Amino acid sequence: MGNGTGIGRVRGLGSAKSGTHHWINQRITAVGNLLLVLWLIFSLLQLPSLDYLAVTAWLAKSWVAVPMILMLISIFYHLRLGLQVVIEDYVHEDGTKFATLLLLNFYAIGGAALGIFAIAKIAFTGAAS
Amino acid sequence: MARPQARPLSPHLSIWKWGPHMALSILHRVTGSSLAIVGALGLVWWLTAAASGPAYYAFFLEQASSWYGYVVMVGITWAFFQHLFSGLRHFVLDVGAGYELKTNKSWSLLIPVAALFTTAAIWLSIFAGKL
Repeated sequence: MGNGTGIGRVRGLGSAKSGTHHWINQRITAVGNLLLVLWLIFSLLQLPSLDYLAVTAWLAKSWVAVPMILMLISIFYHLRLGLQVVIEDYVHEDGTKFATLLLLNFYAIGGAALGIFAIAKIAFTGAAS
Repeated sequence: MARPQARPLSPHLSIWKWGPHMALSILHRVTGSSLAIVGALGLVWWLTAAASGPAYYAFFLEQASSWYGYVVMVGITWAFFQHLFSGLRHFVLDVGAGYELKTNKSWSLLIPVAALFTTAAIWLSIFAGKL
């Protein structure tokens, strides 16, 4: 490992000085997921029906749409951090690792954007019948 | 980029005897990765289906309430609680507790049981409500 010398850093060895930030954010989003996904599961169990009208009317409420949006941010942030560690552990070839991490970032941001847009559309345009 | 090829590695997977904590650790990765792909895509699919109108949502419901839909949803539920409970174990380990051999082993054995129990409780209550 690089011992913090200039040449060590140039060779890409040693700490990138962002490990603690990654670690803390993974825990923060873990708590976010814990609260918000449990809320989603128990809310869905409480709904009288999961048909189109019931679900869209429920999602359109602001005290549902806002936690849903927060949940998507928390979930996709958490999965980006988690899968990053998995990729870094198992993909060793530099080029493939770079490409896989790039794909992961696109997936995480794209997936979150798609989900948030869907909730916003339902909340702002109301349930189309 | 020049990298020393012969860097020392610690003894790894091949030499250790499997124990419950190792199984739990790899299960945490497996369930996390499957939640990240199948769970997150399923969630976004459900939301976009609801935003796409009644006809497409009906198609989504048809898939979700088929036998394979239930297999996936029960699987995601189990993966979620397995990952949640072993994630809580990580919080305990993060504060430096729970490393004593016996304690560590009993928590590792208890967590899969708790995950299966919670999954079963939720889905039995759903199926009981349908009858």
